[in-house]
Amino acid sequence: MIESALDPAQARFRHVIPAGEPWIGSVRQGQYFRILDLEGNQAVDTLFYRAGTLEERYSATDTIRAQGNIYLTTGTALLSNEGNTMLTIVADTCGRHDTLGGACSAESNTVRYALEKRSMHSCRDNFLLALAKWGEQYGRDFSKRDLSSNINFFMNVPVTPAGKLTFADGISGAGRYVEMRADMDVTVLISNCPQLNNPCNAYNPTPVEVLVWG
Amino acid sequence: MAEGAPYWMLWEETVGPGAHWSGLLRRGSTLRLTDVNGGGNAAVLLFNYEDRSERYNMPDTLKAQHTAFLGRTVALYSDMGRVLCSITDDTCGWHDTICGISNAALVEKKFGPARFQERRNEYYRNAYDSLLNELGKYGLGKRDLSANVNFFSKVTVNDAGDLEFHAGHSPPGAFVDLRFEMNCLVVMSSNQHPLDPATDYAPKEIQLTAWHSRPAPRNDPCRTRCPENERGFRNTEVWFR
Repeated sequence: MIESALDPAQARFRHVIPAGEPWIGSVRQGQYFRILDLEGNQAVDTLFYRAGTLEERYSATDTIRAQGNIYLTTGTALLSNEGNTMLTIVADTCGRHDTLGGACSAESNTVRYALEKRSMHSCRDNFLLALAKWGEQYGRDFSKRDLSSNINFFMNVPVTPAGKLTFADGISGAGRYVEMRADMDVTVLISNCPQLNNPCNAYNPTPVEVLVWG
Repeated sequence: MAEGAPYWMLWEETVGPGAHWSGLLRRGSTLRLTDVNGGGNAAVLLFNYEDRSERYNMPDTLKAQHTAFLGRTVALYSDMGRVLCSITDDTCGWHDTICGISNAALVEKKFGPARFQERRNEYYRNAYDSLLNELGKYGLGKRDLSANVNFFSKVTVNDAGDLEFHAGHSPPGAFVDLRFEMNCLVVMSSNQHPLDPATDYAPKEIQLTAWHSRPAPRNDPCRTRCPENERGFRNTEVWFR
């Protein structure tokens, strides 16, 4: 658990993402980017792209391999598919974050829960809509190809030594946060997860806040 | 293929050490990957051949089946809730899908430089460049190189989440059978696993054997593995109705 010295009152940008909604924005190299879990146990599905490009983006597998560990926390370098450090986690009052669980979708909900769950709201619907409506401002021609394995901040997906993987009850709480330093200019794409079928949001999706300093 | 091979055999081919390969496997066919000499690794990506925006999705595969690795009866899911292929036989027991692939920087750091100019076709390849090579043949590129499967490689985690690569996991002759439930573009590199601690650049050949099988029957062990797979196979069958 590493706390940050940065004061929210001094942030250059603050925005509350309502429960279940997407957000797309920019963070410049050297700036600090915090995600604040306002009410607790809220999964924040997040993708990063090098600003202005589609070809270089956050890579879960490169990040896991390079640090030799599957969980993200303070000190984790978030690597791109090209092996460059995009952001570094510099503070974390939650403890660890998932990058294996991916993002929920209408189609994966039919598999995981029931065929009639197809119409429930999902993270990949958020991602696709955000890219369709606002993607042009951040890079040309974003599409489903660009939804690679994401980070789930505040989400708890333990893996056992025998290889069992589960979505477990959250370990976050109201007021906990994760903070990153951007090591390059990045586009941030977030879905504030609307999932109601598993404990990733404690069955109660709530708002989160994003803050930028510097 | 051997003289007098059974009529249901389709073809046989060897992917040389460190080489890259791609091909089409149709619904109702099975592809056996054999680690002929042991200690091999096959980095594989899968795409729906008709709509290549649909592809193997590591998280959807893992969370549907509550597993962090692939083995017998596991279905390999696309991002569209369908089963691209399923593992009908497997002598290896564990195939990694969370550690990704080697790249040029990693291979040079581990094994030193070995360019074509000096080494001709003994030059050191890496899985990132190799997969990009194959993807380019179909109009695909970096944006399509998502989390892959590393057949024949075992990586476990301890309670703290630290990775452990299991050297010697795959014995000579180990094989895994992929029964294709959809028409798939298969893209492959036989380069070493990125966490393989070997100090020599020594990728192994992977033998490919394809035959006519048939789609999963009602009582298929992959289908009945869990209720999630029953629904995944149902979603897949709707695509072909």
